[in-house]
Amino acid sequence: MTILKSREVILLGAILVLVALISTRFIGFIAPKNLVNVFNDTSPLIILALGQMVVILTRCIDLSVAANLALTGMICAMINVAAPGLPVSVIIVVAVSIGAFLGAINGLLVWKLDIPPIVVTLGTMTIFRGVIFLLTDGQWINAHEMSTAFTGVPRGVILGIPVLGWIAIAIVVIMALVMSRTTLGRAFYAVGGNPHAAVYTGINVGRTQFFAFVISGALAGLTGYLWIARYAVAYVDIAGGFELDVVAACVIGGISIAGGSGTVIGTLLGALFLGVVKNALPVVDISPFWQLAISGAAIIIAVTFNSRAGRTKGRVILKSAEVTQ
Amino acid sequence: MSRTDPQAPHHVSRHIPDQLRSSLERKLKSWETLLLAVAVGIFILNSFASPYFLNAWNLSDATFNFTEKAMIAFAMALLIISGEIDLSVAAIIALSSTIMGVVMQAGFGTPVIVLAGLGAGLICGAFNGILVTRLGLPSIVVTIGTMSLFRGISYIILGDGAFRGYPADFAWFGQGYVFWVISVELVIFAILAVIYTIVLHKTNFGRAVYAIGNNPTGALFSGIRVQRVKMILFLLTGLMSGLAAVCLTSRLGSTRPSIATGMELEVVTMVVLGGINILGGSGSIPGVVIAAFVMGLVTFGLGLLNIPGIVMSIFIGLLLIGVIALPRLWVKIKG
Repeated sequence: MTILKSREVILLGAILVLVALISTRFIGFIAPKNLVNVFNDTSPLIILALGQMVVILTRCIDLSVAANLALTGMICAMINVAAPGLPVSVIIVVAVSIGAFLGAINGLLVWKLDIPPIVVTLGTMTIFRGVIFLLTDGQWINAHEMSTAFTGVPRGVILGIPVLGWIAIAIVVIMALVMSRTTLGRAFYAVGGNPHAAVYTGINVGRTQFFAFVISGALAGLTGYLWIARYAVAYVDIAGGFELDVVAACVIGGISIAGGSGTVIGTLLGALFLGVVKNALPVVDISPFWQLAISGAAIIIAVTFNSRAGRTKGRVILKSAEVTQ
Repeated sequence: MSRTDPQAPHHVSRHIPDQLRSSLERKLKSWETLLLAVAVGIFILNSFASPYFLNAWNLSDATFNFTEKAMIAFAMALLIISGEIDLSVAAIIALSSTIMGVVMQAGFGTPVIVLAGLGAGLICGAFNGILVTRLGLPSIVVTIGTMSLFRGISYIILGDGAFRGYPADFAWFGQGYVFWVISVELVIFAILAVIYTIVLHKTNFGRAVYAIGNNPTGALFSGIRVQRVKMILFLLTGLMSGLAAVCLTSRLGSTRPSIATGMELEVVTMVVLGGINILGGSGSIPGVVIAAFVMGLVTFGLGLLNIPGIVMSIFIGLLLIGVIALPRLWVKIKG
């Protein structure tokens, strides 16, 4: 199959080896119930990484996703506190809209004012976090203040998998369709692959990047609600530093930071790889203090492998010619 | 992210870097003038906002808000001009500080502790540099990885503990004063500002840094050892992070693995605010110096008004986007 390029197969193999290694230390890890838990725990990372993938494909980066998540989640929680009777479906629509709006701010600054994405999202990242503090004065919103319907949705179980997991699966399917079956999806690749050529084929580069930020923002907003509801607590620092995990998942999954290449399946596997590493450490009795160093090392190793696999062979001809002479 | 302008064709004709020197210089000058005006404005606002502001000791205290970050920002400025970035600087501070703690616990005195801190920074910089220059990995990705790795090693060594009990004379670096209110850190900052200004603006090395940032292939063909220059820049950034770790640890008098969390983004903010192009190729050290003062004044002034740190960050974020957006908006409206 053409979708399963070698990189994805290698990554899948790495995940399977990892899981096998973990199961030699703790057999319970490969119990289906535990694997479902790992997938469920990784779901927010998967959803955010898919949004980040689109942004990175267009040669941008979105460092504001975790702050967007925290701000949107906090607003959802505040709405829930103010109007406990409001149906969760409305809250989800609100979450996606707020997230998309925050993403649109990033997108407009990049599109209309030509400000480098890393600068824009560095700025909005700190602004969004600060706004949460302004809204709440640093107060937490705790489980007992939220309605049971609000916190119940992501935890409900359908066919053995929590709703949070199902939402991640749905997003994976939707994103796979968007990237492979729509002109917008193709435009993302075109803009990142060669912006000059993209312009000549009639694609508006800035607008395409704008849409990438809106998608990333909308997914961050959705995850904001899911995160707050699942952990039943909202505060300023929630998901602090998570933006780097999200970028790392993309990079492990083979999304080229230079734009234009990468797949939905790769991103999914990249997020799962990071998720397995993080979930396995406590169960195999490794001190939690090792977690940061191990995930850092995993990122570096994965990136090194990826870049080896992805290196173009074009110039080797010249070298071998030199050698044979 | 990438060197090429994503907006492509319609821009190529009117945005060619590396030439039209006089206009580039004018632009840089106006950037620094703009920043200076912002700094003066904030200074005046501050003195109106709080009666406690215009006090020599208060102003001296305010410098600690930026001196440590600025030490790193100088090296980071060169790195960003060359088209790379180092997001692991705060993690290097954590690891350097931890190594200093280990050395201190082993019973060594201040000179060895300081050398250990600087050496640890240098080794971390070398690790980043090797991954970027030898393996050809993108620096933003490498340093996201080493950011977790370096800080992770600190957590492994320290757990949830802390190192305390640094020797009394070690406190000189972060708490000492050279003359009246002029702190040791401020003097280090000033000396580094001069050195980096000379290195970037008056030497062949500085010229090479600009050349690499504008066109790495062109730089290579004009005889510049691109990878070696980049390696030196990563070493320099590591060393400066080690130096910042010495000052910060000395000032706080203790080491925790969570030390300097999030500082990498403040350093990048300072560099970008200083007019360094995040895509590489242009910017100046005086700009970074003024940006350091601007950030220090903003946080200090807001602090005097009892505004919490996280709200200050809104102002820093708005300042960052605003200062960069305004000239572009102006050009758009004018053109």
